Amino acid sequence: MSQTIPQQPNEYNMKVVRQFTVMTIIWGIVGMALGVLIAAQLVWPELNFNTPWLTYSRLRPLHTNAVIFAFGTSALFATSYYVVQKTCKVSLFSDKLAAFTFWGWQAVIVAAVITLPLGLTSTKEYAELEWPIDILIAIVWIAYLIVFFGTLAIRKTSHIYVANWFYGGFIVVIAMLHIVNSLAVPVDFTKSYSMYSGAVDAMVQWWYGHNAVGFLLTAGFLGMMYYFVPKQAERPVYSYRLSVVHFWALISLYIWAGPHHLHYTALPDWTQSVGMVMSVILFVPSWGGMINGIMTLSGAWHKLRTDPILRFLIVSLSFYGMSTFEGPMMAIKSVNALSHYTDWTVGHVHSGALGWVAMITIGSMYYLVPRLFNQKEIHSIKLVNVHFWLHTIGVVFYIVSMWISGVMQGLMWRATNSDGTLTYSFVESVQASYPFWTGRFIGGVFIVVGMLLMAYNCYKTIRAGRRETAAGNVVQTA
Amino acid sequence: MDYGTWRGVFSLVILAIFIAIVFWAFSRRSKKQFDEAANSIFEDETSSTTNSDKPESKKDE
Ligand code: HEM
Ligand SMILES: [Fe+2]
Repeated sequence: MSQTIPQQPNEYNMKVVRQFTVMTIIWGIVGMALGVLIAAQLVWPELNFNTPWLTYSRLRPLHTNAVIFAFGTSALFATSYYVVQKTCKVSLFSDKLAAFTFWGWQAVIVAAVITLPLGLTSTKEYAELEWPIDILIAIVWIAYLIVFFGTLAIRKTSHIYVANWFYGGFIVVIAMLHIVNSLAVPVDFTKSYSMYSGAVDAMVQWWYGHNAVGFLLTAGFLGMMYYFVPKQAERPVYSYRLSVVHFWALISLYIWAGPHHLHYTALPDWTQSVGMVMSVILFVPSWGGMINGIMTLSGAWHKLRTDPILRFLIVSLSFYGMSTFEGPMMAIKSVNALSHYTDWTVGHVHSGALGWVAMITIGSMYYLVPRLFNQKEIHSIKLVNVHFWLHTIGVVFYIVSMWISGVMQGLMWRATNSDGTLTYSFVESVQASYPFWTGRFIGGVFIVVGMLLMAYNCYKTIRAGRRETAAGNVVQTA
Repeated sequence: MDYGTWRGVFSLVILAIFIAIVFWAFSRRSKKQFDEAANSIFEDETSSTTNSDKPESKKDE
C-alpha cells in the first residue's frame, strides 16, 4: 500500500500541543502512582504514616482529580488542539488564549495538589475543589471554548470533521455542568456551601457526575477515536454516516441517565425508573460507536499483529464496549441493589478509565510524540509493545479482582439469618476483601511500570528530535 | 397544556428530529460529501514512493 510522509506547515500552533502532550504523560504517572499508593493503603493502612495529609480520605480525591482533570483533560486539550488545526487546515484562533489555557489549567492542577491534601474540599465527588479554584476552572474553560470554536469559525475547509463535533460537544457540556454544579455560597476563602440541598443537591451532583463521564470521559475521547484510529490504521472511518448518527444519539441520550447513580435513595421513584430505562437505551449508540471504530480496521486486521500503537487504540474500544454493556446492566434497579456501594462499581469505573480512557490516550500519545518532535517514529516500538502487555495485564488484574470482591461484598451485606438478623458484620466483608485489594495493588504496579516505560520512550524520542533540530537537520514530519 | 402533555409532545418532537437526522445521514445526497469528509484527514499527507520514508512500525507489512 502507498506510504506517506505527513507534512506540517509551520504556521500551525504545535507549541501548546507539545506542552499538553508532555504534561499528559507526567500527570498520568503522578495520578496512577497515587492510585497505587491508596490501593496499598487499603491493604496496609500503616502507609498513611500517621500524617493527616497522607490519609486515604485526602489522597483518594487527589487521585481522581489527577487522573481525570490532570491526565485525561490534558490529553483532551492536546489532541483537540491538534485535531482541530489539522482538520480545519488553519492555526489556532488565538495563540495567547491557547497559552493561557495551558498555564491556567496547570495552575488549577497545582492548586488541587496543594488544597486536597490539606483537607480543603467541597465534598462533591469529582467537584471537590473549593470555590476560588472553581472560578479559575470556569475562566480557563471559557478561554478553551473560545479558542476551539474560534478555530472552527476560521476554518479553511467546508465540512467540520466529525472528531471536532465530539470535542465541541464535550467542551460546551463541561462548561455547563461545571458552572451549574459548582454554584456555592462562600463563607471564607477556603470554605463554601453548595447552593443546593437534600435530594436536589444529590440530583444536581449526579447530573454533573454522570455527564462528566458521558462528555469528558466519553465524548471527548470519542473525538480522539475518530481521528487517531483512522490515522493509525491508514484508512477512513468505517461509516461516516454512522458517526453522525452516533454523535446525535449519544448527546441526546446521555443527559437523562444520571439517576442510575441514585437508585433506592430519596430521589422520586419515577426519576429512578426513567434513569434506568434511558441507561439501557444508551447501550445502543455506545455500541454503534464502538463498532464504527473497530470496523475501521476491517480488511486490515493483520496490522494489529505488528503495530502495538494500533493495538492500544483498538483494545481501548473493546474495553469501551465492555463498560457500556456493563453500565446499562448495573443501571437496572435489581442489579444495582447488589452492585451499589461495592467494589463492582469501582471495577466498572476502571474498565472505563484504565481500559478505555487511558488506552486510547496512550495510543494517541505514541502517535503524536514523534510527529510533534520532528521524528518519524517512536524511539522503540518494542517498548511500546511491552507497555501494551503490562497495561493490559494490569487492567485485567484490576477489574477481575474488583468484580469478585464486589459481588462477594454485595452478597455478604444482603445475607440474613432465618431470624432476620444479618449473617455478616461489615468488618467481616472488609476482611474477606483483602486478597482482592492486594490483586488490585499488583495490577496497579504493572500499569505504573508501563507508564514509566512510556515516559522513557517518549523522552528518548523528544531528545533525538531536539538534537536533530539543533543540528539543522529538520525532518519534515507531522 | 399541562406538564405531562408538554413532556409527551416534547419527546415526540425530539424523536421526529432524530429520525430526520438518521434519514439525512443515510440519504444518497449526503453520501459523496461524507466520503470526502471521511478521507479529508489524509489530505495532509503527500504520497511518496521512496521506501526509506516508511515508518519503522510498518516495515513488515
Ligand atoms: C452506557 C454507558 C454507561 C452506563 C449506562 C453506566 C452506568 C453506570 C452505573 C449504573 C454506575 C454505578 C452507580 C452506582 O451504583 O454507584 C456507574 C458508575 C460509574 N461509571 Fe459508568 N456507565 C457507563 C459507562 C461508563 C464509562 C465509559 C466510564 C468511564 C470512562 C464510566 C465511569 C463511571 C464512573 C467514574 C462511575 C463511578 C461513580 C461513583 O463514584 O459512584 N462509566 N456507571
Ligand atoms: Fe453514570
